[in-house]
Amino acid sequence: MTTAQTISPDVDNGVNVAALIDAREALEAAPEAAQFKWRATCEWVNGTHSRSTVEGFFGLGEEQSRGKTFTVEADHPEVFAAEDNAATPVEIVLSGLASCLTAGVAAVAQHRGIQLRSVKATIEGDMDLQGILGIDDEVRNGFGTIRVNFDIDADASEDDLKALVAQSQKRSAVFDIVTNPTNVFVTVG
Amino acid sequence: MRTATTVIIGAGQSGLAFSKELADRSIDHVLIERGEVANSWRKERWDSLQLLTPNWQSRLPGYAYRGIDPDGYMTMPAVTRFLQDYAAHIGAPVETGTTVSSVTASESGYRIVTNRGEWRCATLVLANGACNVAVVPKVAEGLPPAVTSLTPMQYRNPDQLEDGGVMVVGASATGIQLAQEIQAAGRQVTLSVGEHVRVPRLYRGRDIKWWMDATGVMDMHYTEVDDVKRARRVPSLQLVGSLERATLDLNTLSRNGVEVVGRLAGLRDGRAQFSGSLKNLCALADLKMNRLLDGIDEWVSKAGRESEFEPAHRFAPTRVDSDPPLGKDLTDGSVKTVIWATGYRPDYSWLHVPVLDRKGRIRHDGGVALDAPGLYVMGLPFLRRRKSSFLDGAGDDARDLADHLSAGLRRAAA
Ligand SMILES: Cc1cc2nc3c(=O)[nH]c(=O)nc-3n(C[C@H](O)[C@H](O)[C@H](O)COP(=O)(O)OP(=O)(O)OC[C@H]3O[C@@H](n4cnc5c(N)ncnc54)[C@H](O)[C@@H]3O)c2cc1C
Repeated sequence: MTTAQTISPDVDNGVNVAALIDAREALEAAPEAAQFKWRATCEWVNGTHSRSTVEGFFGLGEEQSRGKTFTVEADHPEVFAAEDNAATPVEIVLSGLASCLTAGVAAVAQHRGIQLRSVKATIEGDMDLQGILGIDDEVRNGFGTIRVNFDIDADASEDDLKALVAQSQKRSAVFDIVTNPTNVFVTVG
Repeated sequence: MRTATTVIIGAGQSGLAFSKELADRSIDHVLIERGEVANSWRKERWDSLQLLTPNWQSRLPGYAYRGIDPDGYMTMPAVTRFLQDYAAHIGAPVETGTTVSSVTASESGYRIVTNRGEWRCATLVLANGACNVAVVPKVAEGLPPAVTSLTPMQYRNPDQLEDGGVMVVGASATGIQLAQEIQAAGRQVTLSVGEHVRVPRLYRGRDIKWWMDATGVMDMHYTEVDDVKRARRVPSLQLVGSLERATLDLNTLSRNGVEVVGRLAGLRDGRAQFSGSLKNLCALADLKMNRLLDGIDEWVSKAGRESEFEPAHRFAPTRVDSDPPLGKDLTDGSVKTVIWATGYRPDYSWLHVPVLDRKGRIRHDGGVALDAPGLYVMGLPFLRRRKSSFLDGAGDDARDLADHLSAGLRRAAA
C-alpha cells in the first residue's frame, strides 16, 4: 500500500533517475566519495555591486573542474541609494531555494512516474529592515518568514502533487540551509 | 565450559519464539538472559506505559492472548506475565541472571563469555533487543549544565522530574506519550517535532492496528518493499494504548497546551534552535496518513465489505502555528529537564564478530547475518516483515530463520 516508486519509461522530465540511483548506491558504499566542497569567489566591483565566480568543486575524492566558469552578480536597488546592477544577495538566496526545490520536484516526479508539463515556483520572503539597519536589536537581519508557492501542470492528483513538493523539501539542500543553523567561519588574510 | 547446538541471547518475545521453533525441530539450545524473562518490559519502560498494539495482536507461536478484553492494551505487568506464561508454556530453557560480555567466532561456531561461565555453540541467535540503548543526538552536548538530561529508559513518571518546564525531543510513540503525560501532570511541555508518522487510533470503527494487519501492511516482506533501508529507519507510529482508545496526535497535544516546535537543530549559547521545517514535516505526515487510509478504503471496497464498517472519512490536517518559535532560551530556568525521545538502538559492544557496518548495525539479509555462518538476528525493525519488531512479528520470523538454521545444520552434518 505504499506508493509504488516505479521508473516509468514513458515519463521524461529530463532527469536520469537510473544514474542518480546508481550514484546513491556507489556513494553509500564509499562514503568518502560523498564528501563534497562547493565554492565561490566574490570580488567587489563598486559600491554594493559585486561579482562572484563559480568554477571547480571537490567531490568523488578529487577536484572536479567543469572547464567553464559561471558568474553571479549582486547589487542593491536604487531605494538603497545603489545602482541596481543586479539582484540583491537575498534575492539570490530566494532564487537558490526556489531552484533547489524545483529541481527536486522534477527528480521526485521522474522517480514517481509523473510527467510534468510546467512547474513554476513563486517565492517571497519577509524582511524587517530595522534589523540590518541596526534600528532594533530584537529584529533579526534575515528573513522573518519565507513563502513558496508551486504551480504545477502534470498528470497527477492534487495529493500526489503535494507529496511531490513535500518530498522535494525533505531532500533539499537549500531548504535545509535556510531552515537550520550552520556554523560559519569567516577569516581575514 | 558448556555447549549447545544453538545459543539464543535474550529472553524477550524474539528469543522465546525462536526457542519454541527450535524445540519443535528438536534442536538443543539455551537462552541466555541477563535479567529474567521479559527483562526489557520489566526494567526499561516508564510506569504508565501500555502496549500500543491491542491484546489480540499479542500472538506467539502456539500461544495467544485469551483474556476478556481483546481490544485493550496490556500494561507492563501484564506483558511481563504474558511472556512469563509463554516461557513456562513452551518450557523455554532460560539461563537467567546471565550477562553476555563477549562473543567471538570459533572454528566450529561461536564462543560466548558470560558472568556465569562460557558457552560454545554451532549457531547463535542475537535476540537481545532492538532497543537496548536510547539514542541521544550529538546536539545534546550543548545542553546547559543546569538542565537535567533524561532518556526514556531513565524516565519513570512525572514526579521524578524537578519542578518546572520540560522539553521532549522527538514526537514518535515515546515522545508524544511522555509529552502528554507530563503536560497532564501540570508541567509546561515543549515538544520538538522531527519526522513522524501520524495515524488515528481508530478508523471506520476499527483499531488502526487491525486495519494494518487485515490489509497486509504488517506482513509486507522485506524483499517486496521499495527501499528496505529507508523502511527500516521509519520512526514508530504516533499511537498510545489507553482505556479510551483515544487518538494522540499533534493536534491533541497542542489542544492540551503542549508547545509544538520544529526539529531540534542546534543547542548554542544556552539556546535551543528549532528547524523551520515543521510545516513540511506535518504536511508529509498528513499525506502519508491519507495514503494509508486510501489503501484501507480501497481494500474495503474491493472486498465488497462497505456495510461492515463505518463510512470512510478524513481527519483534520495537523494545525501548525503560522509562526512557530525557532528558538528557546534554556538558561532562563523555564525548562528544567530535557527528555530525548529520539529513538533506540541495539547494543553490540560485546559482539566481536566482524558483522557490523560502519554505523554499528548488523549486516544481514532478512536476519541471516552476512559473512558469519550460523549467526542470526531477530527483532530488528523490518528485519523480514514490517511487523518484525513487534510482539506479533516474532513468530513468523523465528519460523523462517529456524528453517534456515536447521537446513544449515543438516548440510553441515551431511
Ligand atoms: C517503549 C517501547 C514500547 C513498545 N511498545 C510495543 C507495543 O506496544 N507492541 C509491540 O508489539 N511492540 C512494542 N515495542 C517493540 C518491541 O516489542 C519491544 O522492544 C520488545 O521488547 C522487543 O522484544 P525482543 O525480544 O526483540 O527484545 P527485548 O524484549 O528487548 O529482549 C531482549 C532480551 O535480551 C536481554 N539481553 C540484552 N543484552 C544482553 C546481554 N548482553 N546478555 C544477556 N542478555 C541480554 C535483555 O535483558 C532482554 O530481556 C515497544 C518498544 C519500546 C521500546
